[in-house]
Amino acid sequence: MQKVTSELLVKKASELLENGTVTRVLGWKKGEFSYDLTPAVFESGEELIKDFVFSDFSGANFSKYLIKETKKADGKVLVFLKPCDSYSFNQLLTEHRFDREKVYAIGIPCEGMADVDKIKKNVGDGIIDIISDGDRIVVKTLYDGDKEIAADDVKAERCIVCKSKKCVAYDELLGDNGEVIDSERFDEVEKLEKMTDDERFAFWQNELSRCIRCNACRDVCPACTCEKCVFDNPKSGVENKAISDSFEEKMFHIIRAFHVAGRCTDCGECSRVCPQGIPLHLLNRKFIKDINEFYGEYQAGAEIGSRAPLVNYTLDDIEPVDAVKKGEADNA
Amino acid sequence: MRKCKTDALDAVFAEIAKSSLLYIPTDTEKGAEYKKWSDGMKMSNALNTVRSPKDFFFPQTEDLMEFKVNGKEIEVIDTRSEKEDFVVFGVRACDVKSFEILDRVFLIDPCDSYYANRREHSTIVSVACTRPVETCFCQTFGIDAAAPEGDVSCWKTDSEVYFKANTPKGEALLAKLEGITVDADDKDVTAQQEKTREIMKKLPLAELSADKFGAGKTEEFFNAPEWDELSESCLGCGTCTFVCPTCQCYDIKDYNTGHGVIRFRCWDSCMYSDFTKMAHGNPRLTQKERFRQRFMHKLVYYPSNNDGLFSCVGCGRCLAKCPISMNIVKVMKTIGKSE
Repeated sequence: MQKVTSELLVKKASELLENGTVTRVLGWKKGEFSYDLTPAVFESGEELIKDFVFSDFSGANFSKYLIKETKKADGKVLVFLKPCDSYSFNQLLTEHRFDREKVYAIGIPCEGMADVDKIKKNVGDGIIDIISDGDRIVVKTLYDGDKEIAADDVKAERCIVCKSKKCVAYDELLGDNGEVIDSERFDEVEKLEKMTDDERFAFWQNELSRCIRCNACRDVCPACTCEKCVFDNPKSGVENKAISDSFEEKMFHIIRAFHVAGRCTDCGECSRVCPQGIPLHLLNRKFIKDINEFYGEYQAGAEIGSRAPLVNYTLDDIEPVDAVKKGEADNA
Repeated sequence: MRKCKTDALDAVFAEIAKSSLLYIPTDTEKGAEYKKWSDGMKMSNALNTVRSPKDFFFPQTEDLMEFKVNGKEIEVIDTRSEKEDFVVFGVRACDVKSFEILDRVFLIDPCDSYYANRREHSTIVSVACTRPVETCFCQTFGIDAAAPEGDVSCWKTDSEVYFKANTPKGEALLAKLEGITVDADDKDVTAQQEKTREIMKKLPLAELSADKFGAGKTEEFFNAPEWDELSESCLGCGTCTFVCPTCQCYDIKDYNTGHGVIRFRCWDSCMYSDFTKMAHGNPRLTQKERFRQRFMHKLVYYPSNNDGLFSCVGCGRCLAKCPISMNIVKVMKTIGKSE
């Protein structure tokens, strides 16, 4: 359950709208059920009171929306940043993707988001309502009455291995700031590294062969902000929407992972939105892990304007041949 | 009507598989998927397969023809092959209805022979729902989850499976199962149907109505102010269109093989920025126009061209899968509200 309430955020946002600090508010809008919140722009206190929700289902990262939103109108837009969103925010600023002057950012603590698919797996289908109560979640179901489960059992994977409770960007902070966490987020990557080449190929073959090329991973990704993606450009020669051979999907995802390497903050939105349940974040995490090991610990978005290892040549950089040797040693 | 014991279902599958390919939905770690049946495979009880069964008739990608270039000669190769007979077993009422919606697009003159080839060789066995969930709204479009259509309709009770043939193809299939099934009355089926229909009335979306939409409503909804807020956070991805059992738009592209061309078609999405792109550019300039197109097509344009039939079947896949949880239910409830 979240420590900050919707009411507190609505009050805060309404004040800022009223005193003219901001003209719009980016927030999560109530859906049909308890778990289907939609990112929305709120323009008045009434709208906020009616529909604004901050809950265990406020997973959507708003940082990327700021590119469009800051161009749309004059005046500032209010954005609420969970710790992981704040890294994306900084990374976008590092890449000069939006005008910081047109944003008022409030950092909010996050206790981790719930994964509705995990809830469905745990309690079964037919969810009428989900109520968070401390570290328990009560699920009202169509067929089996009320069911209680531990919030930890249905936490999103990306939140179980949360890398930081620290908001790294804000104009104002609600509550106390948290700390960077020494998380176990690379454990899954290590498992993949320990596989043989053939096993790993089979793993990704199985995962990526399910890709339907909907582009949701790319479109939600805060690191994917090209004005025109190469895969959308008919002149690029690679814009095929579908699989012309079985390698096509792997190419798309591997190229994308390379493109965001060193810039991906590991927010996990790609895997959250994938309709086919492909663990895309593992590709990005492998890059993050390698960068950490080859160039020293580096977290994209931890600060604004930092020179990322992959775009900052130094004489101490690892020689490509040593990187290859290390890869071979890991596999041996 | 015929019936067999639930544990005879394996024998039913084996019998069907003797004479044709058989596909059933089966549970995987990532949800239910249609797979080619093999001995021991269990049928999933899931309502939605992750991918809809439109794949059987309208695959995500398929080769249409091939050109081989040899000097000044161009050889045109027809890549079509006659499809084998196949049975899809366990299709839900909503998805069965989607085939009718696709048929009206692909089988009208000029008939899409690639699609028709697959349709002709298929036999559909539907299965009635007994545990609809919160995202179900097939009843909004007049679909009865307790009485699915298809060549054969099937009902699973705790101990038995009932079969009813609706077409000559269905009768032929049931004839093959005569050794496994016995004659049955419809008492248990009727009881199950009544129970399911009672549950349908209590679903959260039971009151959702499509009455205000339909043929000829373009003027009424095209310029509705709500399109702005509804489309505001749309990512422009193709998830809704690709998980949808009735979305049927495609693109035709050429793949350069180095010594010729493979012409293929693949699913396309009205949500994409290059959809409807033509020589002068794209008439749908922003995501709002693309977003509006999808829902106007389902709720107004398709019914205008198809005797009032809506091209949504209320399966709920888009409700579960849209990255921003925007969907046709929210559109139907919001659009025209300020009027």
